[in-house]
Amino acid sequence: MRIVLDYDLCESNAICMAIAPDVFEVRDDDFLYVLNEAPDEDRREAMEEAVQRCPKQAISIED
Amino acid sequence: MRDSITIVGASLAGLRSAEALRRDGFAGRISLIGDELHQPYDRPPLSKQVLAGDWEPERAVLTPADKLEPLGLDLRLGVSATGVDVAARELEVDGVPEPFDGLLIATGARCRTLPGTEGLEGVHTLRTLDDCLAIRAALDAGANRMVVIGAGFIGAEVASVAVGRGASVTLVEAMPAPFDRVLGREMGAVVADVHAAKGVDLRCGVGVSSVGGGPGAMTVGLADGSTIDADLVVVGIGVVPNTDWLEGSGLTLEDGVVCDPTCLAAPNVVAAGDVARWTNPRTGESARVEHWDNAVEQGRHAARRLLTTDEEAEAFAPVSWFWSDQYDRKIQLAGRPHPDDEVRVVDGSTDEHRFAAFYGRQGRLTAVLGMNRPRQVMQGRALLEQGTAWDEALEVAAEWG
Repeated sequence: MRIVLDYDLCESNAICMAIAPDVFEVRDDDFLYVLNEAPDEDRREAMEEAVQRCPKQAISIED
Repeated sequence: MRDSITIVGASLAGLRSAEALRRDGFAGRISLIGDELHQPYDRPPLSKQVLAGDWEPERAVLTPADKLEPLGLDLRLGVSATGVDVAARELEVDGVPEPFDGLLIATGARCRTLPGTEGLEGVHTLRTLDDCLAIRAALDAGANRMVVIGAGFIGAEVASVAVGRGASVTLVEAMPAPFDRVLGREMGAVVADVHAAKGVDLRCGVGVSSVGGGPGAMTVGLADGSTIDADLVVVGIGVVPNTDWLEGSGLTLEDGVVCDPTCLAAPNVVAAGDVARWTNPRTGESARVEHWDNAVEQGRHAARRLLTTDEEAEAFAPVSWFWSDQYDRKIQLAGRPHPDDEVRVVDGSTDEHRFAAFYGRQGRLTAVLGMNRPRQVMQGRALLEQGTAWDEALEVAAEWG
């Protein structure tokens, strides 16, 4: 599983960070950083939640 | 198990509920009925990127065709639901009755208009894509003096986009301070300061007595006797829920479709999004919530409610939150503050327009506000979900330094 972020869409609302702080981090420069682009399979449910909850639909999962 | 579900309203709550049904494995027919001809689109960009001219309208589409098509929805656009008979389980679409099995009402809300300005050319509201494109066209055609009536979040975003496009903007608000109702006096003043710093002329505590003229030559008269010349006027004074079509349906209507805490409005009927009023057990408050995130979450919840028994149904108890982008500031609010809540800045500085603030009442954290502080707002939202005590929340925030 690979996490792909569309940085053109991302508005740093930090919803994903609330769901999975081990994978997503919005820093004080207001930008989102993907800390782990290839999370373990046991994080799939959280990743799908992040995909669905992102207000900008900026996150996708590639298998 | 139900055979089919009919969703009325093809915007955010309606479409996301249809998607949630498919994701949960519902294989029956899903009819999604919307009265606009456009493919379902997202509204936040209408007062931001699309209005600014940075995005073409197509980019605001909610779900691209290649993801929509596999859902196999019976998508009917450009048609209106005109009535419901709950007892007979019958919906009326453009006057033609059709039976429903499960019904999800997501007809949203429409802009409140300023009495006397309806149909007046040069006066705009902003809710739909067509509304957005009309304002954008006026700005493209050189309109550069804008009066925004109502300093709520839509008005503030329109003001911010117009300033970004070089217009001079006057923001008129009948309340003593902008954003007062949502953020309270103190924090409302901080947002007001953001606008003032960008050159917006804020007129608070004064009502509008007249609007006249036409595009490019409008005059707005204020209750204090002053007048403002403008090329166009945008009215952002709130919305009213779209429930007219439900008169006589058997549903309880009271500033929205009244639902139980599980989003059920009547047997086989649920409601979600701007049109739904329910009592959130977390706050004990009966309210409609007009936020983007609520439309998504309540849409999902209501859709699942239709597939659940009364015994197994769960209450919808979110910590609501919203965001608003104004200039280069991102404002986010989680929770629902009361005007007389205690307010404490816990991170950053209001002078720099980068801060997080807590609201509290009766020893509890009630809301978290951030300006360019998304991480802190989302951490604060988690504290709200846990029902954190005020002192404890302050201790957590002290670690953020």
